Amino acid sequence: MNKTQNKSKIMQWIDARFPASKVFREHLSEYYAPKNFNFWYYFGSIALVLLVLQIITGVLLAMNYKPDAESAFASIEYIMRDVWGGWFIRYMHSTGASFFFIVVYLHMFRGLLYGSYRSPRELLWIFGMVIYVAMMMTAFFGYLLPWGQMSYWGAQVIVNLFDTIPLIGPALSEWIRGDYVISDITLNRFYALHYLVPFLLAGLVFLHIVSLHKVGSNNPDGIEIKKGKKGNKWDPRAPADGIPFHPYYTVKDTFGIAVFLLVFFAVVFFAPEMGGYFIEQPNFEPANPLKTPEHIAPVWYFTPYYAILRAVPSFAGTQVWGVLAMFASLAVFFFLPWLDRSPARSMRYKAWPCRAALGLFTLSFLVLGYLGTLPPTPGRTFAAQFFTLVYFAYFLLMPYYSKQGRVKTPPDRVTG
Amino acid sequence: MTRVLRALAPVLLLALAIGPAAHAAGSGAALTPYKASLRDKHSLQRGARLFVNYCLSCHSARFMRYSRVADDLEIPREVAKRNMLFTGEKIGDPMVAVMTKEDAEAWFGIAPPDLSLVARLRGDDWLYNYFLAFYLDPDAPNGWNNAIYPNTAMPHALHPLQGLQRALPPDEEGGPMRFEKVRAGSMSDAEYARAVGDLTNFLVYMGEPSRPARIRYGVWTFLFLLAFATLAYRLKKEYWRDIHE
Repeated sequence: MNKTQNKSKIMQWIDARFPASKVFREHLSEYYAPKNFNFWYYFGSIALVLLVLQIITGVLLAMNYKPDAESAFASIEYIMRDVWGGWFIRYMHSTGASFFFIVVYLHMFRGLLYGSYRSPRELLWIFGMVIYVAMMMTAFFGYLLPWGQMSYWGAQVIVNLFDTIPLIGPALSEWIRGDYVISDITLNRFYALHYLVPFLLAGLVFLHIVSLHKVGSNNPDGIEIKKGKKGNKWDPRAPADGIPFHPYYTVKDTFGIAVFLLVFFAVVFFAPEMGGYFIEQPNFEPANPLKTPEHIAPVWYFTPYYAILRAVPSFAGTQVWGVLAMFASLAVFFFLPWLDRSPARSMRYKAWPCRAALGLFTLSFLVLGYLGTLPPTPGRTFAAQFFTLVYFAYFLLMPYYSKQGRVKTPPDRVTG
Repeated sequence: MTRVLRALAPVLLLALAIGPAAHAAGSGAALTPYKASLRDKHSLQRGARLFVNYCLSCHSARFMRYSRVADDLEIPREVAKRNMLFTGEKIGDPMVAVMTKEDAEAWFGIAPPDLSLVARLRGDDWLYNYFLAFYLDPDAPNGWNNAIYPNTAMPHALHPLQGLQRALPPDEEGGPMRFEKVRAGSMSDAEYARAVGDLTNFLVYMGEPSRPARIRYGVWTFLFLLAFATLAYRLKKEYWRDIHE
């Protein structure tokens, strides 16, 4: 095949200077992805769409937003009322933040379901987890910017967590805030960081995709198509079960994105507050450092971790254990590739203990998320403690339970 | 398609699970449900008149401009100028109270809050019930109390319309607070309830003046995306015939 022959003069000129056609071939038209992707494989491309949407709407908001304790709240209302189309941009951004987490949680669940973190995809998984942590940071910084009551007190509570660290705690939280309380100074630096981190995020997404294309996609059967039969109708050396990403998955993902946008814009236009979960009612009152709200809860996507934080009792005269548990609950994800010892990769073929454990873990994540939105009572705290144990058991007992039970033999070729 | 729908079910369930109202109810008092409507322009105009005459002397709505209210509520600018601007403001100005913050703090102990966003903070039901629930309380500093917002610093600004009411002793079941009319106002109870509905509608409108536009654009966007998703699905099927053959 001579690829230069039917190329236009312009493409020849570009290709002599920049590998445009080569990149297009290697990463799209001749990048062979397993042909059996199912519903769960839509969320990667949707997450990318959301990242772009958040950056574009964020830049537009920044043109009218003022990171100043005196005028931040008013500048949001200025955007909502006086800026042409401002409400649309703002609702896309606030709804986009929540949907970014919904989509990324589904994307991560797919990884747990089909063992996409298993060798040789450990780095791919770790880059993904770094992306997740960077997303949480961006969301946390961004949530202060509207300067409403929940923005203010949420940030106050989270930054105060660092106070519990022995010796350096108080100095550290003061260093983060730049003041003794959340103030104008904090708002300024959170704004700077909120604008910065998404670009780091874009770089991390690039690394995520580079490592994906190095090892190739996993699939619902959890078998390596690169190790299987060779030769498909496009290339005799390509995996038999691989199909070119472009056009097959570009058209398929276009459909997935269209369906996602239907759901997304239904919320943007018809329920932008999402019953108080996407935009919380107390945030319609400007931040008031002298008036603590009755009940402070973080936004829904942080509540599982918040529930873990509150579930751990203080002992030895310090509350640092809850903070440690909260960070540990995030850190354990990084070790997942080395905890899973099942001979099978996908849940389709794993033995029942793995299936049961994933079910219980998912349940515990949802229940902790729900409990994190509510004020604590003794019963709820007990439930949170129980599900915190389930949460950690999923990871820490995995080296043991993943070897138990009878594994089904995965097929040689992908199914469905 | 059924497979896609089946696969979508978890997402929809998630949306349903987190959809239902998580409105933080301020007080324990049971609220008469009230859903504000922005369709009735006459109701909004009456609400605007009540707001300007009874609320605006103490409360601001500084994120709202007179001109926006006039245009959105189909009040001719000339009429709006005659009926809404009393102290030399311009039609494009934000709605700012006459009373200064210092005076307010001296008289009421607290500056009356800005009302631009009060409906989004409190909710439709709360506002509607709040206006109905003022009663005479000899123990309160200003003589007024409120069943929905106990010990509110606000006196009953609408009492010339509603009249005066007194709380009855609580019943055994601990049901909602009941009142007894002591002096009639210029409106009957039904008229007053309607007026309070008008005022609530107006406050809800002020909380988000773009809401009608938002819903209008939403319908068109939804229809466009439905057509786009259908086309994308057909295109995907057409391409994937190669794979499934």
